Amino acid sequence: MSYLGHTPEEGDRMLAAVGISSVEELAAQIPAAQRMQEALDLPAGLSEHELRNDLEQLGRHNYDPAATPAFLGGGIYDHIVPALIDALVSRPEFATAYTPYQPEVAQGTLAAIYEFQTMICELTGMEVANASMYDGASAAAEALLLAVHATRGERVLLAEGVHPRTAGVIATYLDGSGVKLEHLSARDGCLQPEALEAAIAGGGGAVAGVLVQSPNVYGLLEPLDRLGPALQAHGRGSRRPHLVVSADPLSLGLLAAPGELGAETVVGDVQPLGIPAQFGGPTAGFLATRRAWVRRLPGRLVAEAQDAEGRRGYTLTLQTREQHIRREKATSNICTNSGLMMLRATIYLALVGPQGLREVAEQCLARSRYAFEKLAAVPGVERVYAGPFFREFVVRLPQSAARVVQRVYREANLLAGIPLERLMPERERPHDLLVAVTEKRSRDEIDALAMALETALG
Amino acid sequence: MEIREGLRYTKEHEWVRSEGEEIVIGITDYAQEQLSDIVYVELPAVGDDLTQGEPFGSVEAVKAVADLYAPVGGAVTAINEALADDPAAVNRSAFEDGWMIRAKIADAGELEQLLDAAGYKAFVEGLEGESD
Repeated sequence: MSYLGHTPEEGDRMLAAVGISSVEELAAQIPAAQRMQEALDLPAGLSEHELRNDLEQLGRHNYDPAATPAFLGGGIYDHIVPALIDALVSRPEFATAYTPYQPEVAQGTLAAIYEFQTMICELTGMEVANASMYDGASAAAEALLLAVHATRGERVLLAEGVHPRTAGVIATYLDGSGVKLEHLSARDGCLQPEALEAAIAGGGGAVAGVLVQSPNVYGLLEPLDRLGPALQAHGRGSRRPHLVVSADPLSLGLLAAPGELGAETVVGDVQPLGIPAQFGGPTAGFLATRRAWVRRLPGRLVAEAQDAEGRRGYTLTLQTREQHIRREKATSNICTNSGLMMLRATIYLALVGPQGLREVAEQCLARSRYAFEKLAAVPGVERVYAGPFFREFVVRLPQSAARVVQRVYREANLLAGIPLERLMPERERPHDLLVAVTEKRSRDEIDALAMALETALG
Repeated sequence: MEIREGLRYTKEHEWVRSEGEEIVIGITDYAQEQLSDIVYVELPAVGDDLTQGEPFGSVEAVKAVADLYAPVGGAVTAINEALADDPAAVNRSAFEDGWMIRAKIADAGELEQLLDAAGYKAFVEGLEGESD
């Protein structure tokens, strides 16, 4: 946005228009004790040239992602982003009005959303998906609210493997709702069906839903094929607790669709699909569920329709769920979607196709397996979990993971991973390192990481 | 607008018909007229409890949604499953084909608190007067 200044003369005219003589007079009704008396401690103004120099120097302190291979994951992943996406998202067909309430001027946006919904349904094995949400965490919280409303249950269960920041967003959503949030411990990093059954039978009210993230925060694949049946036995009809699965859409190019494994709702974040890491956001979330819950679906929904001349077109539908019609009884406070990020994901999926998505996922699987074996062979490094993983895994170092990460960065210009305690300080696991390996990481980079780790630990 | 004799009514525009031990609940002809084209009726499950004055479902028209309020407490014994495919039955036949749920009533005294046909007619005429 341009910088719009005003001259002292213009300032005087504005003051005269409201009938006062100084800016101080504007604030006169605020008690003196509440007002800052001294001047702001700011440096003198700079010329454009000086300011540019200052900022460029500051910018040089950033690490250069192109020159520093990163094994960082923890919810945001460094995948290949085809240049075509940047070129297509700025086309005028998509640059329609912000809110696609007027289908006659928003066909580009609406058609893209419709494609997105269709692709998400295919990937997740679900029957209806919305136009996207802010991110994976808000989608997970909305899915649990859907479960609470649909089942009228009083408790919501979270598997240990749910990302702690997702769990934090859910806790914020449920605060004050009267719904109880319970955390289920994992064994060997994953939720066991017996633990789920015990928690449901444990009393304290009917369970509305259980959220399971797979691959989970440790990179492990949860036993969804056994968790679904474990829930089937509890509650009848519309009162049966929902299995809400938070899935990585990229992994679904290879893994079974959660909808085939008993999920009632599937959510996730589309960041791995053509969205750069960009400091952790923005991204877009998705939420897909069964047709039975379409009237409880939060957010926007686009449908195919016909115009007055019988031509195919797209429009928002079932808006009676939303706040502008249903007011305080709306299914959700969210009446928008994450349009630009959703568009990137849609173009990415259309570009790589089902076979391409499968190949990317296979590359992630193969490279992360190779890296895991390579790192586990470094003297002093231990494996932590035995189960299958996708793209990301935990290794235990003989010393502070945070210190080792710093040393590897200084000495080998590699970002080795995320010290697990950064994500979950309360679990006191200072030696554990979370390492993510995407299709972008070459064999040379992985070998260099193993060598750097060996040096750092030597 | 039709108001049937022999039924009980609420100020939320539900009607109640007693049939032996059970009652049948729907929305009035006046309500369907106000909502116009009804596209979906959300109903409870058989076995669900009703509490007098609490919502038990909703009626969705093209541009509005209205909650359904339980006229009396009880337990749902049947729902009108035909409304899933043909919600417009409520528009065509609010008092017959458009019925919504059957319930076993918990406290017959609650029925006595409801309006009769004359009382409901006066209530609706009052509303019409306001909007003029």
